[in-house]
Amino acid sequence: MEDLNSISLNSQNEKNIGSDQLDQRNLDWYIDKAVSMIVFIAGISAIIFIVGIFLFIAKEGLSFIIKDMDFTEFFTSPYWEPSDEDAPEYGILALILGTASVTGLAMLIAIPFSLGTAIYISEFATGRTKEFLKILVELLAAIPSVVWGFIGLTIMNPIIIKLFNVPVGLNILNAGVILGLMAAPIMTSIAEDTLKAVPDHYREAAEALGATKWQMIYKVVLPAAKNGLLGAVLLGVGRGFGETMAVLMATGHSINIPTSIFDSVRALTATIAAELGETAQGSEHYGALFTIGIFLFLITFIINLSADLIIRGVRKK
Amino acid sequence: MEGFGISKTNIQSKRVEKLFRIIFLGMTLILILPVLVILGTLIVKGGSVLSLDFFLENPTNGMTAGGIFPALLGTIWLVSVALLISVPIGVAAAIYLNEYAGDNILTRIINLAIINLAGVPSIVHALFGVGAFVMFFKFGTSILAASFTLAIMTMPVVIVATKESLQAVPIAFREACWNMGATRWQTIKKVVLPNSLSGILTGIILEVSRTAGETAPIMFTGAVFFSPFLPEGVFDQTMAMSLHLFVVATQVPGVPENLPYGVALTLIGMVLIMNSVSIAFRFYLRGKKKW
Amino acid sequence: MVNENGIKLKVRNLEISYGDTVALSGVNLDIHEHEIFGIIGPANSGKTSLLKAINRMDQFTKGMHYSGDIHFSGRDVRHLKNIYALRSRIGVVFPLPVGLPMSIYDNVALSPRLRGIKNKKELDEIVERCLTRAALLDEVKDRLHTLGSLLSGGQQQRLTIARALSQEPELLILDEFSIAVDPVTTMRIEDILKDLKKDMTIILVTNLVQQARRLAKRVAFFLNGECVEIGNTEDLFTGKTMDQRTTDYIQGKFG
Repeated sequence: MEDLNSISLNSQNEKNIGSDQLDQRNLDWYIDKAVSMIVFIAGISAIIFIVGIFLFIAKEGLSFIIKDMDFTEFFTSPYWEPSDEDAPEYGILALILGTASVTGLAMLIAIPFSLGTAIYISEFATGRTKEFLKILVELLAAIPSVVWGFIGLTIMNPIIIKLFNVPVGLNILNAGVILGLMAAPIMTSIAEDTLKAVPDHYREAAEALGATKWQMIYKVVLPAAKNGLLGAVLLGVGRGFGETMAVLMATGHSINIPTSIFDSVRALTATIAAELGETAQGSEHYGALFTIGIFLFLITFIINLSADLIIRGVRKK
Repeated sequence: MEGFGISKTNIQSKRVEKLFRIIFLGMTLILILPVLVILGTLIVKGGSVLSLDFFLENPTNGMTAGGIFPALLGTIWLVSVALLISVPIGVAAAIYLNEYAGDNILTRIINLAIINLAGVPSIVHALFGVGAFVMFFKFGTSILAASFTLAIMTMPVVIVATKESLQAVPIAFREACWNMGATRWQTIKKVVLPNSLSGILTGIILEVSRTAGETAPIMFTGAVFFSPFLPEGVFDQTMAMSLHLFVVATQVPGVPENLPYGVALTLIGMVLIMNSVSIAFRFYLRGKKKW
Repeated sequence: MVNENGIKLKVRNLEISYGDTVALSGVNLDIHEHEIFGIIGPANSGKTSLLKAINRMDQFTKGMHYSGDIHFSGRDVRHLKNIYALRSRIGVVFPLPVGLPMSIYDNVALSPRLRGIKNKKELDEIVERCLTRAALLDEVKDRLHTLGSLLSGGQQQRLTIARALSQEPELLILDEFSIAVDPVTTMRIEDILKDLKKDMTIILVTNLVQQARRLAKRVAFFLNGECVEIGNTEDLFTGKTMDQRTTDYIQGKFG
């Protein structure tokens, strides 16, 4: 070994490093190792955080789930009466229906309009118009939810009262419209990304066959982007489902099994936001609110997971 | 004869195409115009309240008069501390994902976790903040607890933006460096980061805007409805713009009509200006090619 | 071990695969110190894969795997504790020029800086020497602080060569360097290579058989992932080949 090193040393001019340096780990080598460890930890921190979120809310909700919770009552009773001193009742059916009705209406509005907008931006608009619309959509997506809640409270409320001649304008309609307008920009931009990802030669092939633009969109572009669009819709649903401030302020926040869009309702998220501040830590009520949190976490986790699987499915192809 | 037939369908299909164009344009306008009208209303009604004093004075008369200074200052506190936490972790995580991670199951799980961090309802993040930072780590209801909650919730913004700007640096540059004997980190430090820094900055501005607007995560972790004191450190509680809007809009009786509009306009102004800066910056960078 | 005197690079039974696809197999080479060794052959014959394996770039190439032995200066490149030291001693110039998005000066000073040289004067000297050797200095000496990535293709290629030289490599590998360079510059670089031979070992991968003839003393002919023949350049070019395919390729019958 030694004579080999000396050979290469002798034969090279002295600026060259000796062969043994190939086995010498210098400072840069150790820094590189250290950095790769640090960024790895940062990378898996996302997993740690999401698991941590589940564990911490589960921990707070656990004693309620074990000791006090009656599963059937929790999911099927419409009575959420945590402050009843003799017999508090924890039924979230009305809250689920509140959330579902608002989210449902919001999606009825947001899905067609955001898909339509995405199609317009991606397939019809060109040049400056296209850029302008994309920027506008991006800016609209940035409006904070508490501002949307405020808009529901102060602008939509009187409009609904006047337009439909109802006593209260804080209801499913109000929150649904607000939530729809709020979710639409996000859905639009994801949908637009998906449409953009459809290769141009698909479009060219369709045009070469003499298809009109609409035929091309309907027969070629939309089917090719189908999964991505479904993913966009699911993410929108997840976002609507988990929205807190806007629904707290615009639904009227009263417990109701909704029968019409003019009924005030109360959402799962809003219930936590409104009541957590008043409860004593470790109390039954407190545990019940965390249990709602667990429920919300699991539902949105499933929605996000499916959206991811669907969108990823597209990429694979 | 054949040619005649084609031109006839052409005219027809042109019409159909125009029709569809109008339909989709209509949908776009229906989605966008109401929001612009709403923003206009906010500006008209809120604009009358805005003044330098409004920004620099404390609320008075049980928050029915005066300004928003403590809330503005509190938001700056919350956002700054949250950034100190989320930017280093988020950038490092993005570096891992783009520069180190292979195409394997771990990477998929990390990406799924990031999507979920962004997708879990903000109120669930609040519950987590209460359970973890306020109680378990004993930060109490404080700027620190609220900022940690905000940081974890908004970290995906930094990660996604950083990842995108790292991806924009061509792989050939990295290979050239590796070939010279540069370590991965030397390559990142000398070539990758200098050429993606501005993109990362754009992402950070976006995160500032996102963080400033969040309400639910800070409600029970560090932000309070009203505080007679300005925060002096990370263990103090604070007022915040977003929560202040909620409070003056729903919790305080006898607020003059335009005051909440002023708060809303200030909040939305902060957020939109930040986003516009980020977008403008992006356009500037797009025009400035380095390769 | 003594008989390995003067052998810079020894390759034994090398097989390189990407996933299930074998890109190169059964390669045995001995490359001597201070020689210019030519590798010729048509596209997809596995030449670039060989270079990547020598430089241990398999670490960064997805799905790339190699078996067999590669010894550099008598050391098995697979079992090195500091792989970066290996790469810093091998300069590689790939067919597509890569000017890094930093100033021309910084491009050339990058490798010395990685080695820890901070002295401005020393760096100036290295930059000037390497740019001169790469026949680029005259064209860029007034704008050393403009972006190297915005130079023309031919200039970027010479910048890449200058950068490889700034490593002060023991082994310099050039992979079809003349693709992006005009004929005049090609000739200038060829002259420089002849001169560099006294300082380092050079492997010249080229699709121009005449270039190999002009520069290399020995030549290997690669075809479809196989090393068909290795021999003295003059023998191969005068028809003294062992394999008819070599003659056919050199005479331009295919490839």
